[in-house]
Parts: sequence; C-alpha cells; structure tokens
Amino acid sequence: MSWESWVISTISRTLAYGTPLLLATLGEIYAERSGVLNLGVEGMMIVGALTGFAVASQTGNPWFGVLAAGVVSGLFSLIHAFASVTLRANQVVSGLALTMLGLGLSGVIGRSYEGRPLMHTLDKISIPLLEKIPVLGPAIFQDQNLLVYIGIGLAILLWFVLFKTRIGISIRAVGEDPATADSLGINVARVRYLCVMVGGVLAGIAGAYLSVAYRPSWTDGMTAGMGWIVIALTIFAFWNPISGMFGAYFFAGLFVLSFRLQAWLSPELLKAMPYILAIVVLIVVSRGTLQKRMGAPSALTLPYTRGED
Amino acid sequence: MMKTPAWIQIDRRPSPSGLTVFAISVIAILFALVMAGLFFEFYGVSALRAYGYIIKGAFGSRLGLTETVRGMIPLLVIGVGLVVAFRALFWNIGAEGQLLMGAVAASGIALFSGIPSPWLIPAMFLGGFAAGALWGVGPAILKAKLGINDVITTLMLNYVAIYTVHWLILGPWKGLTQRGFPYTDRFPTAAFLPMLGGTRIHLPTLAIGLVAAAVMYFVVKKTRVGFEIRVVGENPDAAKYAGISQTKITVLAMVISGGLAGVAGVGEVAGIHHMLFNPSSIALSYGYTAIIVAWLARRNPLAVILTSFLFGVIMRGGDVIKISLGLPFQLVNVFNGLILFFLIGSEIFVRYRVRFGTKKETA
Repeated sequence: MSWESWVISTISRTLAYGTPLLLATLGEIYAERSGVLNLGVEGMMIVGALTGFAVASQTGNPWFGVLAAGVVSGLFSLIHAFASVTLRANQVVSGLALTMLGLGLSGVIGRSYEGRPLMHTLDKISIPLLEKIPVLGPAIFQDQNLLVYIGIGLAILLWFVLFKTRIGISIRAVGEDPATADSLGINVARVRYLCVMVGGVLAGIAGAYLSVAYRPSWTDGMTAGMGWIVIALTIFAFWNPISGMFGAYFFAGLFVLSFRLQAWLSPELLKAMPYILAIVVLIVVSRGTLQKRMGAPSALTLPYTRGED
Repeated sequence: MMKTPAWIQIDRRPSPSGLTVFAISVIAILFALVMAGLFFEFYGVSALRAYGYIIKGAFGSRLGLTETVRGMIPLLVIGVGLVVAFRALFWNIGAEGQLLMGAVAASGIALFSGIPSPWLIPAMFLGGFAAGALWGVGPAILKAKLGINDVITTLMLNYVAIYTVHWLILGPWKGLTQRGFPYTDRFPTAAFLPMLGGTRIHLPTLAIGLVAAAVMYFVVKKTRVGFEIRVVGENPDAAKYAGISQTKITVLAMVISGGLAGVAGVGEVAGIHHMLFNPSSIALSYGYTAIIVAWLARRNPLAVILTSFLFGVIMRGGDVIKISLGLPFQLVNVFNGLILFFLIGSEIFVRYRVRFGTKKETA
C-alpha cells in the first residue's frame, strides 16, 4: 500500500468510527451540562442499535431505523431522568442500572435478529468537487455516510446553542447553580429532563449508525464498551461540543491506528489511551482557575429541590 | 419543588428501622421480579414456571446449590469492601478492574515466582490484595487531594485493567503450551485453591469473604476507625473540625475495598480457571453486580452475606433458564437493571413516609 492510500484510508476510517462516538458524546455533554451524569450511554446506544436494525429491516428504509432509534432511546433515557430528577435518586446507580437494563433488554429482544443480513443500509455519499482535492478529498469527502456530516453539523449547532443562545445559558445555569437558575424563573426539572432526552436521542442514533451503516448487522453487545469511551470523551472535551468533535476523531484515530500500527506499538496501549487521557485531563484541570473555566459543571450529580441545599 | 396531589402525604422519616428498610427492599425486589416475569411471557414461557425452574435449579440439587454459592463468592468478597467504600461516600465503580488486577498479581506469582508450595497460595492472596488495593488507592488519593471525581477515575481504570490483561495474555505472558490461544500457561497444581469436594466452591475465598463480613461489621459499628469512616462519608466538614484526616480515611477505605476486590480476582483464577485469559470471562461483571449487592445491603457488611447469596441465585438462574428453557442469559442483566431501579425508586419510601388520604394536620 502506498503511504498516500494508507493515509487516506486511515482518515476515512477514523471519520467513520468517530461518528457514533461524536453523536453520543454531544448528547452526554448536554446531559452533564445540565447537571445530570448519565452512565447509561452504553445501554441507550445498544437499545438504539437494536431498534435501528429492527426497524430498518422491517421497513426496508434505514433512515426509519435511525429515526426510530432516536425516539426509542430518547424514551428509554426518561427512566434515568425520572429517577435522578424527580425521585432525586443517586445518578451513578441509576445510570448503571440503565446500562444493565439496556444491555439485557436488547440481548433478550434482539435474539431473533441475530445473524440476519440487512438488505438496505445507509448509502455512502461523496461530495462533488470537494472529493477531487488530492488526499483530503478521498479521505474526507468520498464514500462516507451522510450521518458523518450530520455529526459535524450537529457539533457546530450544539456548540452554538450552548454558548451563544439563551437556551444554552439556561442549560449551563442549571448545571452550575440550579438555585440561582430557579430564582431567575428557569424550570430546573424541565431543562434537566430535556437535556437527558437529548442525550438519549443522540445515543440512540449513534447506536443505529453502528447497526445500519458502520457494520450493518445486529449482534448482542455490539456497542462493545463504546458508551464508556463516550463518558471519558465528555471529560476530555471539557464539556464542549466542538472539542467533543476533535476528541471523538482523536479517540477514533487511536482505535484505527491500534490495528494499523500493531507491528510497532502495542494495540492494547492505544486502546487504553482514551481512559488514561480522561484521568490525565481531570488531574490537569483540577487546579484553581482552570477548574472554574474548564472543569465539570458544579452541580453535576447533585439533585435539586427548591429550598434545600 | 416536588408538587404532590392533596391525597398523598409525604413526611420525612427521621430514622427508618431495620425492619422497615428490609420490608421495603423485599417489596422492591418482588416488583422487579414481576416486571421481569413479563419477559418470560414475551418468550411464551409462563413466568411462574420459569421462576419454578430457577428455584429448583438454584436450590433443588447439590450441583445447583453449590453453583449458586460459587457465583456468590466473588460478590460477597467484593460487596463487603464496597460497603466500606460507600460508607466513606467513595463511589468505587472500579471493582471490576481491581478484581482483574488481583487476578493478574495472582497469575504472575503462580507462574513466575517460584515460591514453594505451602507459601504459594498465601503469597497469591497477599499479592492479589495488594494489587487490587493499589488500583483502588490511586483514585482515593486523587479524590482526597485534588477533589477529582471518584466515579470517573475508578470507572476508567476498569478499562485500563482490561487492556492490561489483554496485553499480558497476548504478549509477555502468552502461554507456550496453549496452542496459540491467548491464555497464560496453566498454573502449577500447587497454586490451585482447595475446593469443597467435587464442586467449584473455592473454600479459602469463601472463608475470607465470611470473615471479612464479620470483621468489617465489627470495624464499622464498634471501632474508632469505623466512626471516622462514617463521619467522613456523612459530613466531611464535621470530619475536618474533628481533626479526622479525610485523605487517610478515604485511602484506608479504598485499600479495603480495592484489596478485597483483588482477593475475589485471586479466587476466580486460582479456584476456577487456573490461568489468566479473556478478562471479561474472568470478571463476568462481578464488579458491577457487586455494586447492587452492596447497595441492597444498605451499608451493613453482614447483610452482604444475604444479598450476595441472592445475586448468586440470580446468576445461577441465568444459567438455568439458558440450559432448561433456551432463554438468553442476558435476562440476568434485565433482572439486575430492574432490581436496581426498583431499589433506588424505593429509596423515597425509606427516607419519607408516604401516606394516601387527605391531610389531617398541617405539618
């Protein structure tokens, strides 16, 4: 293989593998920005993957699968919202429960879909003109799924909403200081419910991307721990959608390279990198001003009741 | 904030009695079992019949009962440690990784140390405890000194542990006698744990679990250290004024919690598998299931004996319905998830007294 085609295929695969990471991370960023840690990403993704595959194979239209996955995982995430916002239950436990439930339900219900091929998968598209650019063209603009570009668009859109609009200010206020947000007339519970649902919808679409586009099939446990990389990625991105995009491609790149550099570098080391880096980032931003500017939302994991601390 | 209709009264329950908590937990589990029963019906199997199979499979024969206990052992050992960590309000989600590091240490000692036979097994347990503790202490120090979120660090280290095992079994420790499979060589027989005759119950690990439950019960209820753990967990500010070192207590809690998880890992490799191989087949999500075990025990180390047995039954139940009824093992995850949700949902009934009917007096 010439170095040129090696670079092209590495970048192209990085984009493909990074897209589900990106989509789910954008959702988790919104949930956490509103103050709700959702460790159920893995569960929501796998529910999305099964829903996407099942609906796509029943209807013959992969886009119906993607939409249905968003809806079903969005509803599924409501369990976590109900537990952590309304019942004020422990978010860690509730999130873990959501992951267990998602893995279990998808494994039980999905068994009849195991090993079936998917007739209609998401089409690959190429962007005219741009695909003609040497190296970058075929690497980025050729034979990718539309969802790859939707992911990039969403990252920019969600960044804009979070940092440049009133809605974004409300979300961040609820995550930083819910009592003050409440006194300003923001409905804390509603914002948190909606943000958790955004997380569910995007995790579901990410799962569907896996089962109708990336590797069109259904296998039990096919998300294979991706949801936990998303948790790491959310921290690595300092809860910022644009950084989340670069982070997703960076982590995806490590994953792709772990196969391609096997002869020189331990693939296990590269695969463990996302988790190690998340810890390193937490250490780096744990001090002083950085903590305020780039650290976790102050009210993360803390339930809120008016008049109580 | 929480608006309730006039016909529901919610008052704080100052200190719920043990019996109340027990009753509420049992009801929560029953609700979860009823919900899970719907999935049996989904597969066209009557729920009652399925539960009958599970009970018969878990208790009805010597094999069933001993397999239940076999699954209970790691949950018991890890669960006792988690209760201690949770009491110090340290969220150790990393028992899965601590278990694996214990398994790694035990494997290294079994395969390469050359320690003679009567000392080999004790050395493996000590090494496993130390490795698990080490894996747990890092996050404890990061939390106590830098305020870094314990949930995230312990969780991330699980994956670092998983890839460490992968690296070892594919690389430096890959067995020469395993025909290219990613396993280490088999342990020498001197490293096999003594078993209860003809079963897969490894006695030393079970004994450690039972003793740990009793000792930790004594420690948390009767000793100064237990008191300090509770203060650090319940009121860190008060701990500071009382001159209790938060760092010391957090590290101590995680030495116990991580160390015991490491011991569970020793038991799995030295008692069951006799080699190091695929990490998910060794850990079997025990580290996560033990979180439910500890949560259900409501901060009481002795209660872990009971709750770990219950989850031993559920894990055995997964095998039974797979073999006898041909249903997917994944139903176990449905059980676990539902039980956990109903438990945290029931928490509100523990903390508050909920009554139906119109208000008689204004609070």
